[in-house]
Amino acid sequence: MTYHWDFQSIWPFWDLFLWGLWISIVYTVGSIVAGILIGFLTCAARLSGWTVLNIIARVYQEVFRCTPLLVQLLWFYYAFPLLVGGSIDNRVAGMLTLSLYVGAFYAEIFRGGIVSIDRGQREAAAAIGMSPWQSMTRIVLPQALKRMLPSFINQSVIQFKNTSLVSVISVADLAYMAAVVNGQTYRPLESYTVMAGLYIAMLLPLTQAADWIERRLRVSD
Amino acid sequence: MAIHTNAPILETVGLRKSYGAHEVLKGLDLSLDRGEVVALIGPSGSGKSTFIRCLNMLEMPTGGTLRFRQKEVHPGFRDKGEQIGIGTLRRHVGMVFQHFNLFPHKTVLQNVTEGPITVCKTPRKEAEERAMHLLGQVGLSEKHAAYPNHLSGGQKQRVAIARALAMQPEALLLDEVTSALDPELVGEVLAVIRKLAEDGMTMAIVTHEMAFAADVANRVLFLDQGVIAEEGSPDQVILNPQNPRLQGFVARFHG
Ligand SMILES: Nc1ncnc2c1ncn2[C@@H]1O[C@H](COP(=O)(O)OP(=O)(O)OP(=O)(O)O)[C@@H](O)[C@H]1O
Ligand SMILES: [Mg+2]
Repeated sequence: MTYHWDFQSIWPFWDLFLWGLWISIVYTVGSIVAGILIGFLTCAARLSGWTVLNIIARVYQEVFRCTPLLVQLLWFYYAFPLLVGGSIDNRVAGMLTLSLYVGAFYAEIFRGGIVSIDRGQREAAAAIGMSPWQSMTRIVLPQALKRMLPSFINQSVIQFKNTSLVSVISVADLAYMAAVVNGQTYRPLESYTVMAGLYIAMLLPLTQAADWIERRLRVSD
Repeated sequence: MAIHTNAPILETVGLRKSYGAHEVLKGLDLSLDRGEVVALIGPSGSGKSTFIRCLNMLEMPTGGTLRFRQKEVHPGFRDKGEQIGIGTLRRHVGMVFQHFNLFPHKTVLQNVTEGPITVCKTPRKEAEERAMHLLGQVGLSEKHAAYPNHLSGGQKQRVAIARALAMQPEALLLDEVTSALDPELVGEVLAVIRKLAEDGMTMAIVTHEMAFAADVANRVLFLDQGVIAEEGSPDQVILNPQNPRLQGFVARFHG
C-alpha cells in the first residue's frame, strides 16, 4: 500500500506548529532554569551536615525520580488542588512539575560531580589557608562542572522531550498543536511527522554539541 | 647550618586523636622550634600521618592542645579572641602531600600563585614574580605554563613544594613526599628539601628514607602505636636505637 503524502493540507496551520514549538521551548528553558536552582539547593542540602535538610532533600529526590512524569503532571493538576482547596492553572501545574522533576535529577548530577573530585583537592586548598567557600568555588566546582557537563546536557535534552507530556493537561505545546492540526485536517501522518521533524531539528544540534564537548573534555583530561 | 632559637613555632601538648573507639594518638608532646627539622619515623599505622595532619588541623584532634607561636589554635576557621583559627594556622604552616594534590585545572604558575592571590590578596604581578622565583629554585621555571598532568611525579612534587613556599610559611609539614615517586625521581625532590633545611626552614617530615632523615633532621621521633616511643638526635635514634621495637624497625631499613 502506498500512502499519498499531502503536506499541502496542513500547510495553512504552520503558525500553530511554530507557536507550539515556541511554547515547548519556553517550558524547556523555564523548567531548566528553575531546575538548576532547585537542583543546586537540593545538592547543597544533601552535602550539608544537617540531617533534617538531608532527609528532606532525599525524600524529594526519590519521590520525583521514582514516579513517572506523566503521573506527576496528573497529580499536580487534578489531585493537588483538592488537597489545598481551589484549582491550579494548567500552565502553572505544568511548569511546576517539570521544574521539580528535572531539579531532582540535576541535584544528583551536581552531587555526583562534586563528590567525584578527589578529597586531596580540598585538602590541598585547605592547606594553603583557603576557606571552605574559596575551596568550593575556586578548586572543586571548576573541576566538578567540567565533569558533570555531559550528563547535564543529556538530562536537558531529555527534558525537552519530556515537555511534550504537558499536552495531556492541555498546555498548548508542540505535541498539543500537532494534535489540533490533526483534528482539523485528519492528516495524522503529516501532522505527527512534522512534529517529530521539529523535535529532531531542535535536539540534533544539542546532542551533537554534547558529544563534541565530551570528546573535548576527554582530550584535555 | 640552621639558626636554632628556642621559640617553638608549633607545639602540641597531650595531643590525642580517636576514630570512634580506636585511639590512634595517645597524648603526644612535640615542640617544633624555629629552624628545626624534625623527622617522624615509625611502622605503618603508627599514626605518623594522623599526627602531622593534626599539626595543621586537616585532622581534628580529639584531645590536648595545639599551639602556633604560643597561641592556642581553636577548631573554628577564624581567630577568636586570644586563640587563632585554622585559617590563620594554615596560612603560616604549609603542607606537602604524598600524592602532590596539584590543581589539575590550573597551570604550574597558577598553582603556585593561587594561595597568595586568593588567600593573602597579594597583587597578581607580585605573586607571579615570587612564584617564578620559587619555580626557579625548584628547577622548573620553563614549566610555568604547563598543566600538572604533563609533568613527571618528581616535577609535580617540586611544584607542590613551590606552592607551599609561595605562602611564605613559617613551617612546612611533609608527609611521605617521595613515597609515590619512581625511585629515580626521589633524589631531585630530596635535594630540594635538603636545600630548604640548609636555608633554615622549619620542617616536620614523615619519611621512610632513613638515610635522608639521619642526614637532614636535627631530631628524630619514633612513633609506635600512637605514642612517641623514642626521641633524640639522628645518631641516637637511627644509628644507635635503644627501644627493641625501634631496633627491629631500623634494622629492616638497613637490610
Ligand atoms: N579516617 C580514618 N578513619 C578511621 N581510622 C583511621 C582514619 N585515618 C587513619 N586511621 C587509622 O589510624 C591509624 C594510623 O593511621 P596513619 O595513617 O596515621 O598511619 P601512618 O603511620 O601514617 O601509616 P603509613 O606509614 O602506612 O602511612 C591506622 O590504624 C589507621 O587505620
Ligand atoms: Mg601515612
